[in-house]
Amino acid sequence: MNKFRFFWHKVGPVLTVLLVIIAIWYAATIWLNSSWAYDKAKRADTTISFSQMVSDTMIQDKPLLPAPHQVVKEIYKTTVLKKITSKRSLIWHGWITLSATLLGFAFGTTFGILLAIGIVYSRAMDMSVMPWVITSQTIPILAVAPMIIVVLNAVGISGLLPKAIISMYLSFFPVVVGMVKGLRSPDQMQIDQMRTWSASKISSFWKLRLPSSMPYLFASLKIGIAASLVGAIVGELPTGAVAGLGARLLAGSYYGQTIQIWSALICAAILAASLVAIIGIIEKHTLRRMGIQL
Amino acid sequence: MTWIVFALLFWITMWILNVRLANAERNRITNWIVPALFGISLLVLWEGFVRGLDISPILLPTPSAIAIRFSTSIPILWVDFVQTFVKGALSGYVIGCSAAFLTAIAVDKSSFLKRGLLPVGNFVAALPIIGMAPILVMWFGFDWHSKSAVVVVMVFFPMLINTVAGLSAKDTIQNDLMQTYGASYWQSLFKLSLPAAMPFIFNGLKICTTLALIGAIVSEFFGSPTRGMGFRISTEVGRLSLDMVWAEITVAALAGSAFYGMMALIEKGITFWHPSQRS
Repeated sequence: MNKFRFFWHKVGPVLTVLLVIIAIWYAATIWLNSSWAYDKAKRADTTISFSQMVSDTMIQDKPLLPAPHQVVKEIYKTTVLKKITSKRSLIWHGWITLSATLLGFAFGTTFGILLAIGIVYSRAMDMSVMPWVITSQTIPILAVAPMIIVVLNAVGISGLLPKAIISMYLSFFPVVVGMVKGLRSPDQMQIDQMRTWSASKISSFWKLRLPSSMPYLFASLKIGIAASLVGAIVGELPTGAVAGLGARLLAGSYYGQTIQIWSALICAAILAASLVAIIGIIEKHTLRRMGIQL
Repeated sequence: MTWIVFALLFWITMWILNVRLANAERNRITNWIVPALFGISLLVLWEGFVRGLDISPILLPTPSAIAIRFSTSIPILWVDFVQTFVKGALSGYVIGCSAAFLTAIAVDKSSFLKRGLLPVGNFVAALPIIGMAPILVMWFGFDWHSKSAVVVVMVFFPMLINTVAGLSAKDTIQNDLMQTYGASYWQSLFKLSLPAAMPFIFNGLKICTTLALIGAIVSEFFGSPTRGMGFRISTEVGRLSLDMVWAEITVAALAGSAFYGMMALIEKGITFWHPSQRS
């Protein structure tokens, strides 16, 4: 009973907020699509009642704002009913985006960790590189994405890699910042203790600094993977809407297929949420195995 | 070949100089000089390699070519800057951040709303919101209004989460003290909660500076009038005049850094009492 109440204490408010959002969405659907419904009736020289108008706003082909159930239907149609290999399958497009995301995320994380190790161990690197790492993020890299893709295409590199590079640029920053903080998190007493054991620099890295940086690493990984998904999606825009969730967005906006845009958007949201959740689960297990309470 | 050798030699000398400077006593001047030298040596390395390896300017222009292009096309760059940054990004930033701020204050009164909105807000903040850009461009038209709308949507949730987190940063003891003073809700809001929330609020404001610029530029890829930084980047890439693209990127980088730096300066003035500002 107590557990049940605790559950409602946490989930109840979230559900309420979600319900309110869906209600607002439906209201906005009626409001935004009504003018089109009235226009249609006017051209047909008929007048429609309010309830007719409402039912019309829910089933339009190219609505200004599709109703939630239309989006759900479209997602169901393009994921479950289509073969995965079909170019109309959202799973196929999602996989293309996901593979670029994961590759970029792996690059970015590796690069970020290496850079952080360099920064922690070399004072010169700390002073000269760190300010530029921070400045690099004030540059709107996503704006440069088209150029990176076109240039790499000209050199003969196309497909996964250019998108992964953009993902990498976005995801390395949180990892660097988090890992620098994490690798420096052991306090002076612990470092002194390692010294009394006459531990070498390498073994004190493996046995003290790296383990104590883990909570910081996971926090940054969660930010990093969300960022690399955004990078992969934007990286797909300038390739001319070939494949991937970003291409679906662009194709949808070219042809006014709002339902397609929204379903790609919702799929991207689900993908982002599951990626963050997966890292959260890995974090929980790793930290518990290491004996760090969460 | 000589270019590459020269660039590498320059790089190594600079690096040795930097190591020396960094290991000497740290002060205000070396804190500026070391990163500056590093940046200069990166540019020299870039210039040297592009010239030495004969890389076509269509792929990667040299920094000097970019600088020349920058200085000769300042009028175009200025028009783009006004269209994208001042009209699109800045207006959206102000509207989005103030809306999030006011929402956060309203939400803070109710613990039910807070428990409901925070997880949802955290979730939304991790989403690729930039994907909303085509929809908003469709709704608000090609001019800066749609760009501003994209920016509003992008900055709203990060700002909301940070402000809500900040408003609960005050200690219970401090809250009790306000109550013993018989302070009204507004008094304790203005004299305790808001000042205590300032570090968090500025954290949100700083994150949102880059988001605003990204939102304004990327939404121009989905349709814009014939000016604007995003428009220029996508069309000049098509015409393969990459030096213009890089000039535009320089503007974006300068604007982004200046925007961020300004927020950091204001933060320094307002949250002078916070431990992270004293050192």
